[in-house]
Amino acid sequence: MKKIIATITLALLPIVGFASGGGVELEEMTPDRHDKASLQRGLNTFSNYCMGCHDAGYARFERAATDLGIPADLFTANLLPAGNKIGDLMANSMDAKDAKAWFGGAPPDLTLEARVRGSDWVYTYLKAFYEDETRPWGVNNTVFPNVGMPNVLEGLQGVRHLTCAQAPAYDEDHNPLFDTLTGDALTVEKCGIVAQKTKGSLSEEEFEQVVYDVTNFLVYMAEPSRLQSEALGLKVLLFIVLFGVFAFLLNKEYWREIDH
Amino acid sequence: MADFKESKGLMGWIDARLPVTEAFEKHMSKYYAPKNFNVFYIFGVLSIVVLVNQILTGVWLTMSFTPSAEDAFASVEYIMRDVEYGWLIRYMHSTGASAFFIVVYMHMFRGLLYGSYQKPRELVWLFGMAIYLALMAEAFMGYLLPWGQMSYWGAQVIISLFSAIPGIGPDLAQWIRGDYLISGITLNRFFSLHVIALPLVIVALVVLHLLALHHVGSNNPKGVDIKKYKDENGVPLDGIPFHPFYTTHDLVGIAVFLFVFCSVVFFFPEMGGYFLEKPNFEAANALKTPEHIAPTWYFTPFYAILRAVTYPLFGLDAKFWGVVAMGGAIAILFVLPWLDRSPVKSMLYKGWMSKIALTAFCISFVTLGVLGVLPSTDERTTIAQIASVVYFAFFILMPWYTRWESTKTVPERV
Repeated sequence: MKKIIATITLALLPIVGFASGGGVELEEMTPDRHDKASLQRGLNTFSNYCMGCHDAGYARFERAATDLGIPADLFTANLLPAGNKIGDLMANSMDAKDAKAWFGGAPPDLTLEARVRGSDWVYTYLKAFYEDETRPWGVNNTVFPNVGMPNVLEGLQGVRHLTCAQAPAYDEDHNPLFDTLTGDALTVEKCGIVAQKTKGSLSEEEFEQVVYDVTNFLVYMAEPSRLQSEALGLKVLLFIVLFGVFAFLLNKEYWREIDH
Repeated sequence: MADFKESKGLMGWIDARLPVTEAFEKHMSKYYAPKNFNVFYIFGVLSIVVLVNQILTGVWLTMSFTPSAEDAFASVEYIMRDVEYGWLIRYMHSTGASAFFIVVYMHMFRGLLYGSYQKPRELVWLFGMAIYLALMAEAFMGYLLPWGQMSYWGAQVIISLFSAIPGIGPDLAQWIRGDYLISGITLNRFFSLHVIALPLVIVALVVLHLLALHHVGSNNPKGVDIKKYKDENGVPLDGIPFHPFYTTHDLVGIAVFLFVFCSVVFFFPEMGGYFLEKPNFEAANALKTPEHIAPTWYFTPFYAILRAVTYPLFGLDAKFWGVVAMGGAIAILFVLPWLDRSPVKSMLYKGWMSKIALTAFCISFVTLGVLGVLPSTDERTTIAQIASVVYFAFFILMPWYTRWESTKTVPERV
């Protein structure tokens, strides 16, 4: 019986921890929509590094400026691409035909990317590029194998490549293995590890912050109403509780005369 | 005009011309409901609350939605971003769709538990089932409208089921789509049916459901007929006026429901991908099939039954028999009042066989629901097959186990 229950439980368990894309374990990224400085830096990175090719065609510049606390005149002077008005949608001017010729397909709109794939995926993906001469742009990605996108952040991150290294060994049940004589942990050679080849303009920590910020911004942009909704939600719930208390008392008053 | 009587005041004037007071008394202040309703009796009222929510939010969504293949997805994002409180209206509508099925499933479970479908309430049950069927069509068509990847491919999978019918199948599927594949034409007709035709049908059926109920009177957890004992005025001794007693009662239930509902709307509108599926945040693309297509959670028990049928029979392929099984799983619910041969209504007084049967049925329904969400594997298909057999056995064996088992005596009064 126990075995049957275990089988059923296993069969019903969805695969957790792994998302689509090469079966690579994704790094956890907890967004913080309240961190305006991070969101502003993310917007900056997004408009400088992403928007050359990608649209955010459902979002408007003005909404981002307002939500992120950037004054409209400052935004217009520094962040608004030439030829755009602040009320415009964040579309770019790349022609779809050119895009197909250059990348093999139009770069996807990124407005809702964080909602489609999740923040963990975006964060890990942006860090997962490595050198691969067989690819048209000279880079590949462990999260999204054979992706058509070049590593636009390479100048910041530096060049990385796949290499082999010693990693802890495990048995079939994922228990660590130890040398029976010395008691030392056993290691095996593991390949496909991404390692730094040349240094970029940023340190690893600084680069991680850049990726965190741009991911954070994408999360915000995918659902800009979230901050508003959480603030309003608390008030609404409070009202319902209050209403519920009065409804309860009213009900009690009426039912006092009923023998039930 | 000799018979024309008019009382004083505005209500007197109106009542002489339209029976407002009479109707209010018949359905509210002098509608006598059993006084022993329990928590399961809240879900009927909650279905009405959700129905009103869906109609109101739907009216406002329609003001800003563009039903065309080119603009539908963008117009939903326009509602989410540029329309004042558009996100709130949209989340109330999308959460309302799931909430509708939760309360309707609970309402139906109440019916199974206390035998509310039994004589003389067969028509109440039939109208209820018709509402459920219309609701499934309404939800299915509404799901296509945001024109996301799952909208598109979900509709593609479900409509293609019709093509499994021998002979007329492919033509029928094409007739439903109005095109060789799901296109703007399909979107437009689904929009029309979703916002006009089906809501009218649902509202009309709800009226019939309530009229039939108020004609025969409400059942109760003990299945006692309260009309047997009446006072000198003809009022059932165990009955209390629906208004004000159950209206105040229901206000408390509505408050509890709204608390849960608004928690989802304001804090977890995606509900972990079950109320709003992640691939649906990507615009429909006819050239890119999602890795895993799953219907929304409220359809998954039936979807699992469809996939559980893997044997061809009589020269017809398994897909056709899957469609038959899925249709049969819904159709068999309609004849429930004639399958139950028990002399008692409530599960409280039925025998152990009925109790086991209902428990097994509920477990199989939930299991099928979970399996319908997941990609199928050999193991899961086997479990789905067992659960499907249990699902059907509950109904098919009902005429026997309800008659054979010994029941307890139902008390005279509640």
